[in-house]
Amino acid sequence: MEHLTLLLAIVIVTALVFDFTNGFHDTANAMATTISTGALRPRTAVAMSAVLNLVGAFLSVEVARTISGGLINENGIRTEVIFAALVGAILWNLLTWLVGLPSSSSHALFGGLIGATLMSVGTSGVNGGVVVTKVLIPALAAPVVAGLAALLATRLTYRIGRRTDDGATAKGYRAGQIASAGLVSLAHGTNDAQKTMGVITLALVTGGVLAPGSNPPLWVIVSAGTAIALGTYLGGWRIIRTMGTGLTDLRPQQGFAAQTSAATVILASSHLGFSLSTTQSCSGAVMGAGLGREGGAVRWSTATRMFIAWGLTLPAAGLIAACAEFLTGQGGWGVPVVAALLLACSGAIWLASRRRPVDHTNVTDMDEAGFPGAEPAGVLADGLTAGTAQDLSTTIPSPPGSSGETARTAAV
Amino acid sequence: MNIDWAALGSVFGVSLVATVALVGLFTLGVVGLAKRESGPAALTRAGAYACFALCAAAVAYGIWLIVA
Repeated sequence: MEHLTLLLAIVIVTALVFDFTNGFHDTANAMATTISTGALRPRTAVAMSAVLNLVGAFLSVEVARTISGGLINENGIRTEVIFAALVGAILWNLLTWLVGLPSSSSHALFGGLIGATLMSVGTSGVNGGVVVTKVLIPALAAPVVAGLAALLATRLTYRIGRRTDDGATAKGYRAGQIASAGLVSLAHGTNDAQKTMGVITLALVTGGVLAPGSNPPLWVIVSAGTAIALGTYLGGWRIIRTMGTGLTDLRPQQGFAAQTSAATVILASSHLGFSLSTTQSCSGAVMGAGLGREGGAVRWSTATRMFIAWGLTLPAAGLIAACAEFLTGQGGWGVPVVAALLLACSGAIWLASRRRPVDHTNVTDMDEAGFPGAEPAGVLADGLTAGTAQDLSTTIPSPPGSSGETARTAAV
Repeated sequence: MNIDWAALGSVFGVSLVATVALVGLFTLGVVGLAKRESGPAALTRAGAYACFALCAAAVAYGIWLIVA
């Protein structure tokens, strides 16, 4: 660590911030249904998820040596490219959090890397075929697989339990839900904390601090694990609300079926060699469980917004990252300027979120989570279209040079 | 570009079967414990605990998969 340059320090901090938003964004995957069915109280749920994420970060023995899984050519990648990619991923994570939509943090990171690489070295640096096989197909398959499994499981559990009353079985379903939510959290910690460790390690290697091919130092593992756990504990309540109560109304049986389906799909996919996104599996499972109950319904307006966000994740994060990479390529002042812009935009998004705060106290509030047509549904709808643009353009005090990026950010 | 349809198919099949089997087993256990009045109580209880044991084994296998 003797010659840690300013650039490297900024990249490491940015990577940890990304890790934080990752945990923050993905708490919903593990805990949304657990919270909405009342199996665990909101605070307890996120605390449990945070601890399991931290444990997961230390558990895995397989070190993420590749951060993009062959999406881009990582040989000779510049440290600035990694930084720009992280900026794109963080901003997209924050934007989707603001509008309360679950979207894949990995896709945001992939998108950022692709965008920054395209801007840096052109199309030769990006492997188009891998984009289809690693991002597009899994994104389409994950909700279908998880949704179908959850749908059938929900049908089955209602069929077997049709002659028992709900009160007698509620405790059992609660325990089952907590167990499967725990598995999802643990799997998340091992996968996603690893990703950030990979990013930091790669940055250290490109910066000449570590020898190529070396393992992440202990401080990297500890800080990445802590960042993701902290993010998880603070909880992306907006996304939890959308997944837990916004997509459909879940009863304990459905929550259990959804959570089990999500856990199974994540474990099966990562061990049979066809990785599916955690976020998309979980959202698909929730919708499947919603459709599986007689009289259950999915709020397709919310689901559609979520699908749009999924589709936009890669290009949007890529676009932001490409702009950031363009700025860092302008000279030595580029990186600090982008870092300042990142801070300004994050601050603006946070301020915008304070207008309608969602936290552990109102996360399961049905009136607020709303049926289509109720006010918050409208807020969500606006959020993805006009609302975000307005919020951003009105709250960002447009520091010099930021107008371009702000406009592009808002245009997504 | 070659898409590994076989891997995708097996993910699909395994997820579907495992989820339905697990949820089915667990529900049998929960329901078994919930209605003690019908049938021989000890047998129902034993059956229910057997179901839960199988589910616990599945969770243990899941943790093993994560760690390994």
